[in-house]
Amino acid sequence: MEGVLHQVLSGIASGGIYASVALALVMIYQATHHVNFAQGEMATLSTYIALTLINAGLSYWIAFVITVVVSFILGVLIERILMRPMNDAPVLASVGVFIGLLLIINASTGWMFDYTIKTFPTPFSGGPVLFSGYVSGHELGSTVVTLVVLIAVYLFFRHTKLGLAMRAAAFNPVSSRLVGIRVGWMLALGWGLAAGIGAIAGMMVAPIVFLDPNMMAGILLYAFAGALLGGIDNPLGAVLGGFAVGIIENLAGAYLVGTSLKLTVALVIIVAVLVVKPSGLFGRTVMSRV
Amino acid sequence: MSALLETKGLHAGYGETRVLHGIDFSVEQGGVTALLGANGAGKTTTLRAICGMVRITGGEILLANEKIDGKATEDIVQRGVAHVPDGRGTFVELTVEENLRLGAFLRNDRVGVAEDFERVFGYFPRLRERYRQQAGTLSGGEQQMLAIARALLLRPKLLLLDEPSFGLAPLIVQEIFGIMHQIRADEGVSILLVEQNASLALDIAEQAYLLETGRIVVSGLAAEIRRDDSIRRSYLGY
Amino acid sequence: MNTASPTMRTFTLGLAVWVFAAVVPTLLMSNYHLFQLTMVVVYAIAILGLAILTGFNGQISLGHGAFYAIGAYVTAVLMYQYNVPYWATLPVSAIVCAGVGFLIGLPALRLGGLYLALTTFALAVAVPQILKVNALEDLTGGVQGLVIDKPDPPFGIDMSADQWIYLFALGVGGLLFLLAWNIVRGRTGRAMMAVRDHALAAEAMGIDIALLKTRTFALSALYTGVAGSLGAIVIQFVAPDSFSIFVSIYFFVGLLVGGVSSIAGAILGGAFIEFVPNLAESVSKAAPGAVYGIILIAVMFLMPSGAAGAIGSLVRRSFRLGTKSAQLRATEVGGASARNVSAAAGVAHGAGSDAGGSSGL
Repeated sequence: MEGVLHQVLSGIASGGIYASVALALVMIYQATHHVNFAQGEMATLSTYIALTLINAGLSYWIAFVITVVVSFILGVLIERILMRPMNDAPVLASVGVFIGLLLIINASTGWMFDYTIKTFPTPFSGGPVLFSGYVSGHELGSTVVTLVVLIAVYLFFRHTKLGLAMRAAAFNPVSSRLVGIRVGWMLALGWGLAAGIGAIAGMMVAPIVFLDPNMMAGILLYAFAGALLGGIDNPLGAVLGGFAVGIIENLAGAYLVGTSLKLTVALVIIVAVLVVKPSGLFGRTVMSRV
Repeated sequence: MSALLETKGLHAGYGETRVLHGIDFSVEQGGVTALLGANGAGKTTTLRAICGMVRITGGEILLANEKIDGKATEDIVQRGVAHVPDGRGTFVELTVEENLRLGAFLRNDRVGVAEDFERVFGYFPRLRERYRQQAGTLSGGEQQMLAIARALLLRPKLLLLDEPSFGLAPLIVQEIFGIMHQIRADEGVSILLVEQNASLALDIAEQAYLLETGRIVVSGLAAEIRRDDSIRRSYLGY
Repeated sequence: MNTASPTMRTFTLGLAVWVFAAVVPTLLMSNYHLFQLTMVVVYAIAILGLAILTGFNGQISLGHGAFYAIGAYVTAVLMYQYNVPYWATLPVSAIVCAGVGFLIGLPALRLGGLYLALTTFALAVAVPQILKVNALEDLTGGVQGLVIDKPDPPFGIDMSADQWIYLFALGVGGLLFLLAWNIVRGRTGRAMMAVRDHALAAEAMGIDIALLKTRTFALSALYTGVAGSLGAIVIQFVAPDSFSIFVSIYFFVGLLVGGVSSIAGAILGGAFIEFVPNLAESVSKAAPGAVYGIILIAVMFLMPSGAAGAIGSLVRRSFRLGTKSAQLRATEVGGASARNVSAAAGVAHGAGSDAGGSSGL
């Protein structure tokens, strides 16, 4: 029983990270109906930027904030330069551009920071501390951080004018223009926010899995699974899905398939969701694919 | 009285297809102009052209003597043009409240906005009842009211209405047009009304234009057109 | 006046290229260069498989590396554990991959566009892990993988092993390309493209979409799987980490850059992914990825039909050819083609309920 509790709590901690990345994916999907395949690489790059700042002597939290801001700006730039022309392109072309972006960022990260595995510091001290040793300091801290981020994003979208405008632009760009919303900039902001969230996720996960250019590939997969499970057009659902995947992955890894097959669990979740209920547990749209 | 909106030789279309072949009309300040015609005549295209949603290939559009052809939709909206599109354009995933708030998106005067909310509830009490409901769950008539309310919250100078009667039961249409008479009397907003239901439109408008395959074939005072039997029979079908 | 039909022209051209490729490099090139050319053939076949699915049938796959891996492992395991001769592993690999492709094609029916891309992406990421599974370690060699022997030329012919493998791959490739060309040109091909462009219309005209799509998946998997088998034979080594997500991504890049719905484009794509890393790696380890990414994005913006499309337009303009030959044809990425839909109507009327009329897989 203790083991289960430990796995569940650990699962919540990693779930927080998956939930954040899932949220980033859903935000972009809702606004553009594109899946940002490069989300993982962007988060990895952000994490390297943070490491550089920390190694240059800045305190953790200052580096954290600067990284988030820089990532935000990068997200906005990528949307304005690359994605805008792809808005009306066929799916294959836009997937091509996303994959291209993935490759470029992945390569740039490798080139700038080389391929050796690096450690990344955590601001949350120490080993298994709380809840009688079930949760490490970092796991607790990271869960708190991701929860704060998620709640902040929720409040932003629900209760601010800008958040409302962004949601409107995602749902109905034409009508949004008719009330004076600059839809293009809303999309760019959405990308910026997604990039910022991804950066935070990266910085939270790096201390656990260590930093290398391919760090986020697996995380991205879990995030996909979470987003699909919750409903790819439903931010709240995606977040819940992310947490669920974290818990499922940990439990399955510990008791069912062993840690070496955890990614396969994500794959199974993805396939299961898409076959049984493509709109996810909380999703609204039903896919009508012939 | 000067014209708030004027088009001169307006040509517009979608991609390769030309829909409007040089139309001239105007909307007087504080007046109601009706744009009539059958399906495919180009009425919706005209409204879209005014809003910058469709490519203008010739001619010009003047709003209060300023050229707005070629401007982006958001810029035109900022100049006080509110468009209630065909199909209503409601944000169906959002609540009634959120839809209305979006109508007031460009405005910064909180007091004024609050007043306008009250006025709008005065015209459409049902919206106050359904305030927190998801807009997609409203009936067709209620969504039309919501769309008009949203447009009014901009405090527009010019209100563009695209087929408000479309797909609605006759009783609801009567109700809505009744309210529109009220709005027209109280608000002082200029209205360009596109309608297939000619009699309703001619009832409320001062000026009327008839579009046929992208050209204006009849223009004049609404009252006269209503009285003219030959026009009614050949063009308006009643 | 040239009386040869476009089809004959294309066939003759293809045959000439093939003969040239068989004779000249074999006689002139060093073993290492032949090895590289062999890999071009292997990748071309793999990308052709992807072209069949994505280019001609519109189902986006970011996970074809999985089939490549399956084919490679089938061959390696049969050769290593059971001493099956290398050439005999190909048909087995073909059948296994076709079967897996069909099985994957079934749930894929529910997905389209982005969701399928997502799922296949997930599959590709999971592949190395699946291959490392402890339970199968005895069979697959686990993390270390398997080393297999290089085949010798048959009947004691006097040529190097590299020369023989090259010719072998070229032979298999030639056959597969010919088969693909026939399928694409014929009723099945038109049905495939009709489903890609106007699924609803195609269905209304009697094409059994579910059957067509799953069979296309199977065929596509077969091609890439056989390529994987050839690849294993050429490289003489399989290991889980050789089949990362990047294999799938590089096939995808090769497809788009070469020409997404072009048979000749697959060859260009194969050459692209064989030679670009070699050239780029001399700059830095990171360069190949960046080069791929930049070229891919550039192609998407400037020449969405890929290199084959651009060359095709150039050729047509230079020679003012009226009709596009099937081989150099590059239909627009995702563009609607009413031509295919109405042509496919012939499929529905003529072939009854079986739209996949040609001599199948």
